[in-house]
Amino acid sequence: MSDAPTLRARAEAEAARLPPLLAQAEHLAGTVLLGEHGRRRAGMGDDFWQYRPVQPGDTYRMIDWRRSAKSGQHFVREREWQVAQSVMLWVDGAASMGFASSQRVPEKGERARVIALALTILLIRAGERVGLTGSLLPPRRGEAQILRLTEALLQAQPGDYGVPEARAMTPHARAVFVSDFLGETAAVEAALTKAADRGVRGVLLQVLDPAEMAFPYQGRTVFQSMGRTLRHETRKAGDLRARYQARMQERQAALADLCRVTGWQYHRHLTDASAQSALLWLYRAMERGR
Amino acid sequence: MAGLPLAFAAPWLLLALAALPVLWLILRAIPPAPVRRLFPGVVLLLGLKDDDSVSDRTPWWLLLLRMLAVAAVIVGLAGPVLNPQPKQDGRGPLLILMDGGWASADGWTRQREVIAGMLEGAARDGRRVAMMRVAAPEPALFQPAGAWRSRLPGFAPVPWQPDAQMAQEVIESLGDARFDTRWISDGLDGPQRAPLLRALEARGDVTIHQDGAPVYGVQRPRFEGGEVTIVARRSVAGIAAEVTALAQGRDPAGNETVLASLPLTFGASEHSAEGALSLPREMSARITHFTLREAQSAGAVALSDDSLRRREVALIAGRQEREELQLLSPLHYLRQALVDTAEVLEGPLTDILPANPDVVVLADVAVLAPAEEEALTDWVDEGGLLLRFAGPRLAASDVSREAEHPLMPVRLRVGGRSVGGAMTWGEPKSLAPFDQDSPFHGLEVPDDLRVSAQVMAQPDPALADRVIAQLSDGTPLVTRKGLGEGQVVLFHVTANAEWSGLPLSGLFVRMLDRLAVLSATDRASAKQMEGTIWQPVRVLDGQGDLHDGQALPGVAGEDLSAAPLGPDLRPGLYREGDRLLARNVVTEETDLTPMQWPARLPVEGLGAPRTVDLSGGFLAAALIVLVLDVIGSLLVSGRLTGLRAGLRGAAVLIAALVLPFEGQAQEGDDARAIRDTREVVLAHVVTGDARLDEAAQAGLRGLSEVLFFRTSIEPNAPAAVDLERDELAFYPFLYWPVSPDQPIPSDVAYGKLNAYLRSGGMILFDTRDADVARFGASGPNGRKLQRLAEPLDIPPLEPVPDDHVLTRTFYLLQDFPGRYQGRDVWVEAAPPDAEQIEGMPFRNLNDGVTPVVIGGNDWAAAWAVDERGNSLYPVGRGRAGERQRELSYRFGVNLIMHVLSGNYKSDQVHVPALLDRLGQ
Repeated sequence: MSDAPTLRARAEAEAARLPPLLAQAEHLAGTVLLGEHGRRRAGMGDDFWQYRPVQPGDTYRMIDWRRSAKSGQHFVREREWQVAQSVMLWVDGAASMGFASSQRVPEKGERARVIALALTILLIRAGERVGLTGSLLPPRRGEAQILRLTEALLQAQPGDYGVPEARAMTPHARAVFVSDFLGETAAVEAALTKAADRGVRGVLLQVLDPAEMAFPYQGRTVFQSMGRTLRHETRKAGDLRARYQARMQERQAALADLCRVTGWQYHRHLTDASAQSALLWLYRAMERGR
Repeated sequence: MAGLPLAFAAPWLLLALAALPVLWLILRAIPPAPVRRLFPGVVLLLGLKDDDSVSDRTPWWLLLLRMLAVAAVIVGLAGPVLNPQPKQDGRGPLLILMDGGWASADGWTRQREVIAGMLEGAARDGRRVAMMRVAAPEPALFQPAGAWRSRLPGFAPVPWQPDAQMAQEVIESLGDARFDTRWISDGLDGPQRAPLLRALEARGDVTIHQDGAPVYGVQRPRFEGGEVTIVARRSVAGIAAEVTALAQGRDPAGNETVLASLPLTFGASEHSAEGALSLPREMSARITHFTLREAQSAGAVALSDDSLRRREVALIAGRQEREELQLLSPLHYLRQALVDTAEVLEGPLTDILPANPDVVVLADVAVLAPAEEEALTDWVDEGGLLLRFAGPRLAASDVSREAEHPLMPVRLRVGGRSVGGAMTWGEPKSLAPFDQDSPFHGLEVPDDLRVSAQVMAQPDPALADRVIAQLSDGTPLVTRKGLGEGQVVLFHVTANAEWSGLPLSGLFVRMLDRLAVLSATDRASAKQMEGTIWQPVRVLDGQGDLHDGQALPGVAGEDLSAAPLGPDLRPGLYREGDRLLARNVVTEETDLTPMQWPARLPVEGLGAPRTVDLSGGFLAAALIVLVLDVIGSLLVSGRLTGLRAGLRGAAVLIAALVLPFEGQAQEGDDARAIRDTREVVLAHVVTGDARLDEAAQAGLRGLSEVLFFRTSIEPNAPAAVDLERDELAFYPFLYWPVSPDQPIPSDVAYGKLNAYLRSGGMILFDTRDADVARFGASGPNGRKLQRLAEPLDIPPLEPVPDDHVLTRTFYLLQDFPGRYQGRDVWVEAAPPDAEQIEGMPFRNLNDGVTPVVIGGNDWAAAWAVDERGNSLYPVGRGRAGERQRELSYRFGVNLIMHVLSGNYKSDQVHVPALLDRLGQ
């Protein structure tokens, strides 16, 4: 008899969150789609695009012998460019992402989900396959995948700080990790090296609250992590500001270094900036990092 | 406390200050509580150490603040008192003795403060107190000091000075009890001082409180050579001083105003200063009294009686065209006699009569044109004095020959007679002494006065009564008869020296004076005042304000001129017949010698600073410090981030502290005046009872809204009026709910209220007890109303008659219910001569809005609505109650209509007549 009503209520409450998130994401995606529709140029896809004469620097392997045999020239068969067939997302859903320093800025997790979903929409509409890292939701095509992803993104994850999921990565796929990366750097490093091993390249998007950069606190304060597992007490928070900021920069530098080593790209996004800028950057990054 | 005039009510409480250091140590050890914050970045903080230099103890300035707060609380509870009344030696009874005469009036406010301070001190020490005025002795009554405090205003100075007999009464009433005395002295010496001081010193210690300021007085103004001379006196010389005498009177519209001012300078060693004021005759006639701007007492008021009023005398001679020698002119001697003391008009009779002179003199005018004669008769009928002189022309004419002419007192025989001429046998005749009942009685007849010619009166039964002066042979010289309200007087000789020496003699002027032709009534001698009774018209109070004296008993003439002032003889204006006489406080004889107290007596000034209870201030300071402490604590604990927040907090705090005061101050000034005069604003009197005031405010709000919706009166939000502070002139209507415990307004407030009533304002008194009491003193509210209204200038009242204009100014009403339905609503009584005209529904009442409406129906409660327009108080039951509420609104509408439009609706009674005249 149980919780049928409460379950229903919770389900509705959860469902109620879906449309806004989707709508927000679609709206965000719409701003990008307008100018960037289609990708009609040569690439590494499977479909034929055009023949072109061999140019200096082309390897012999690239010559399409059948076409070349029909004429006296050597032709190279170009295929249409195709994005990596699969894009794998990891969006941090741990407790630390639930932080917002004031009413004016959204929670970090909220912003991360919106950006990730908007990116998903863009990619799916471009005919690519999007899924989550790990075995939960493998990459697929089609509009239905957007809904499935939305649902999956709303699942809260245990733990104070998120640990990147790097299992079951499709080789040579693309990956997008969205998190605040405040947890163990080692886990990120491990995930990234593993991904690099499999030929997966991708993007780290670090979503931070402005307060986490500025540290505007003063006076006697007890700081606690969102899951209450960590605490630190200080008598004069203002004095810690410089040292905190130094550590934060250190952490960001470490992440950027890691990315350089593994061929990933790193970007930092503050929740008080517009989500669109982050999405645009992500989209370009996905294009760039072929 | 040496040096500082500070004392404590509970000094032992200050011991608690010793605990402050302990508190310091305790407070110091407690760090401020930390803020808990969720912050994901805590991982980056792990392992960071605080600087060692940061103490986790409360900062010293915060500690100091808290210490200050605690210290202020302790000091505040210990009851600090600034300028404490010095401790008395004894705890026995205390007599506060005031001189209480007019000389005290100027410093009365300061004296009252000093006395209030004494009473406060006596109340603290638990002493019993008696208060007395020497000038108005009452039995000494020793009571707890608190009981006197509310009665203090009742000890206002009286307009006379204490004398020896009053001092004797005081001494007798004191009995043999022992007590200490505080004597509030006015600084003047007097016969009462010595015996009183002896008696008081025999009963205990005596302390004198006396102001160093001089006592000022103004003497009766004199009219000399066209100028008004004013003499001011002071009790203490020594420094040169300038005072300003103000000539008070009525402006042409009849309002009290200052007509002129005159600076008077006292030389350094002079006790009196004199100045002359030259004013147009017309203006000086309007002066009612002189006051000193620098002093407010009965002594500084000099009333002027008839002496400043210049009578207007019209001189008319028979024929103007004849060129005559000046000395033979029939008017020359009259002009000489009159020019100093009266306003002389000359010209054709028809031009002069409209100016309504007091006296018309016809010198040897026999016949007047019929129109002139008629106009002159009418004028005499209305109270004019016609003074005729005989002469050749009158003797030759037929005027009053066969029958008595209306404008002649007697019939005349043909021709007149000459005595003592070349062709006659007899000697020129002299005047006989004046009869007892002649107006000239008492005047000396000069021996050398001779009459050589006269016109003769026909013997007549009425003649003997009409003769007021005769010659030594018994023939009439001056005859008089009444005509209507005026009189006609005939001198049987000429107005020049042709027929007699009379115009050359001083007697002539005095006779004219007796006939009230002249203005300057010389101060009547005691002999002449004998047997007359003078009715007080306006009397002075101690402060120098004029009050109506009609209710006081008359005063015998000899007392008026000679007796000292006292309860039975108040300074003021007295009337007998046509004559008006002023009795002033200060005369040439008034003794203004300063009192020299024996050196053994302590004499204290009145400038002693008022005792101030500081505990409230200290506690408030503690509160403020605590608020600062809150801000400081927030700052320290980081909950108030940044300077901006601190500033914002401080601004809010300052605003909270300052705004109420500033708001009030500004509200009281022009803004309020402008707001309340821009539209009609109904107002109610602040009674001090918050619920009552609220109900009155809500009631007027309801009435204002009803007026707004139903009539063309669109009032603004109603105002609450503090009688002591606010200007009343802005409000046409005051609602005054009466409760038994509201304070009685001060004299100043009553002054304002009376001015308000006189200038057309209306007060609705509401005793709000018609459910339990009838009108009158049957309830506590009614009794309170009697006390409240006593000093008000309220005309005779009557219950609203059926034809009162209140019943039809807007709605037709028969009764005036409020929350209760009582019949008793009182308004100004109709004049006794208002008569019902046959066929008219209403009496033809004369002008004027009733200045008060008194009732007990609790109208405000019936009118009261809240901001949303819902009625606040239930009225009656069900629909009948709603009907009653509606009627009460209608009464309100009628009332305000009556206030604003007067008796305009009363004019409707003329409508039938007007229609009739229009032929409708």
